[in-house]
Amino acid sequence: MRETTLAQSLPELPIGDGAEAFIEWLTSSFGWFFVGVRDGVGGIVDATEWLLTTPSPYVMIAVFTLLAFAATRSWGLPLFTVLTFLLLESMGRFPEAMQTLALVLVATVLAVLIGIPLGIWAARNEKVSVAIKPVLDFMQTMPSFVYLLLAVVFFRIGRVPGVMSALIFAMPPAVRLTELGIRQVDKEVVEAANAFGARPREVLTGVQLPLARASIMAGVNQVIMLSLSMVVIAGLGGAPGLGATVVRAVTGMNIGMGIEGGIGVVILAIYLDRVTAAFGREGRGRRRSASKASTDEASLSQNDDTDDAEGSDQATSDDRDRSIST
Amino acid sequence: MSKLRVSELTKVFGSRPKRALELMEQGRSRSEILEATGQLLAVAEVDLKIEEGELFVVMGLSGSGKSTVIRMLNRLIEPTAGTVEIDGERIDQLDPSALRSVRQSKLSMVFQHFALFPHRTVGENAAYGLKVQGVNEDERRTRATEALETVGLGDRVDAYPNELSGGMQQRVGLARGLATKADILLMDEPFSALDPLIRRDMQDLLATLQSELNRTIVFITHDLNEAMRLGDRICVLKDGRVVQVGTGPEIIDNPADDYVADFVSDVDRSRVLTAEQTMRPVRRTFSPDDKPRTVLDWLDEQEFSGAYVVDRDKRILGVARDDRLANGVRSGATSIADLLTQDYATARYDTPLSDLAGMAANSTVPIAVTDDTGQLFGVVPRARLLAALSSQEVEVDA
Repeated sequence: MRETTLAQSLPELPIGDGAEAFIEWLTSSFGWFFVGVRDGVGGIVDATEWLLTTPSPYVMIAVFTLLAFAATRSWGLPLFTVLTFLLLESMGRFPEAMQTLALVLVATVLAVLIGIPLGIWAARNEKVSVAIKPVLDFMQTMPSFVYLLLAVVFFRIGRVPGVMSALIFAMPPAVRLTELGIRQVDKEVVEAANAFGARPREVLTGVQLPLARASIMAGVNQVIMLSLSMVVIAGLGGAPGLGATVVRAVTGMNIGMGIEGGIGVVILAIYLDRVTAAFGREGRGRRRSASKASTDEASLSQNDDTDDAEGSDQATSDDRDRSIST
Repeated sequence: MSKLRVSELTKVFGSRPKRALELMEQGRSRSEILEATGQLLAVAEVDLKIEEGELFVVMGLSGSGKSTVIRMLNRLIEPTAGTVEIDGERIDQLDPSALRSVRQSKLSMVFQHFALFPHRTVGENAAYGLKVQGVNEDERRTRATEALETVGLGDRVDAYPNELSGGMQQRVGLARGLATKADILLMDEPFSALDPLIRRDMQDLLATLQSELNRTIVFITHDLNEAMRLGDRICVLKDGRVVQVGTGPEIIDNPADDYVADFVSDVDRSRVLTAEQTMRPVRRTFSPDDKPRTVLDWLDEQEFSGAYVVDRDKRILGVARDDRLANGVRSGATSIADLLTQDYATARYDTPLSDLAGMAANSTVPIAVTDDTGQLFGVVPRARLLAALSSQEVEVDA
């Protein structure tokens, strides 16, 4: 009895209907905007795809292998690259893999271009940081299919909804890890820059960003992995590439094709993860974390009466074990 | 005019400082204010005048507000109330760009945990202040190398900070502070993260540099021995308030309250107190023309065994000792000029008691204290020396 009264007294909020009406209004009033984005992003994706698919696959495999070597300076990853990408080609999945890669690259670049400045803003402004948090949570937890649905409504089917939904789904780590990275920079070091009269811009570009680099690169790595996973799902929305292959395999119960598409995604994922992770540790960053251990030991033995808890946390994001999140 | 002048400087941490300020003006303590308002009164009504070329130490335990005080001088922390003046210019009222140019030209800072830029070389670190000023790269490198040479690191310009030991890292921090030639050097517990031996080295280095460079230095420490070793004057902070300002010996000799007395009780007095605080005026000196009988009678009366004999300029000629005077009287000497011995020890004003102790052991007369020209100014009898070395307040009439 009581439950019915409670249910009756609760007003029925037509969230779904409202959202639908709102989106209809958006598409009709801002149609020009969505058309503009569709044409712009579509153009960039087409160009990227053209770049990746026009040369012979063997040329591309050579390029990827060199890139892997440049990133890691060792033989393991380049060897892996040659073997797995040749496997892709022999399965006949290389063109699809390049189409997927084009979507991932465009989505990642856009997400980083928006996400890093947002993260910087949030690190410098407490209000922005507080305001942005629930939005990021929303973006990350909303089921990715729902984005795809919305993106298809706004941008029709094809590549663009794939990129746009990947952009939204994958951007949060770029924002969060940029903010975190900047906030983790030793407070005294930032004070030192300020004490010598550095302008805010000099503090940011000369001190905070370089010292947050490892964390920011971890964010970029996450963006890439998330957008790869989203781009595969975007096969449902008509985006070409390995996603489309998998979708076709699932709808046609074609096990062989499904496994080939799946292996293609895994190969891309491992390659992108290892390369970006290596770039994140590259250069001085790597040297710092290598010799960091010895200085920490030295300062530990010296600081018997003061605590030196800060300052040692910079290396942790460097050394964090990276795992694939797809 | 003082180089650096601070008056009524106050900092309240919290969102509603007004109420806390009112309570502070009523003379409430920090803990009362915290309880009543939830606002932390970190620094309360600090007044300081720091002179050009002075090494001024701000000393206090953790939580005494010393780090907040030094950060309000260059406004890394904004003061809640009060004024800061450098060369008569109000720092607390500057807009951000004027503040930056003061920080570039007049203030530099050395930090507790060195705060070096790990991604820059030692040379680039030392040159940072110059880079911010817009000095060109060649000159930057020259001046940074110069600064590194003064701290003994001229050969490590291209190393990275993590390749250096803690003491060397702080030398880089010091070089960074010196390179800009700012008049005022703020040092926030610069040596407290170093081990004791290195700390001692760094204190010596700073003392040497200061005698050459003559900067105005504000030095924060929680270590009283360090404060006494380095400071021309020391300011003792407690709960954000100034308890006492004075020279090291003044503070040890005459602590303002029980807190300071407690603080200074375990200081190594023999290294802080000097002959000047311990000596007494000479009761009587004699001239070489005096008769042996006169001196002997006086010594007998005072129960002393010797007296100083000086010339007209009060320079010491020697000691007239009772046994030799007695011989002189017997042999009919007319003056004491031929009876003098050189059996005495002299010390300067600023000789620490630890050095006096060794001298006292070997001489029969009180240690003579002289000034730069060699004039006898006072004496330190053994009894006074012993009394000064013990921390108890003992009135000695030796």
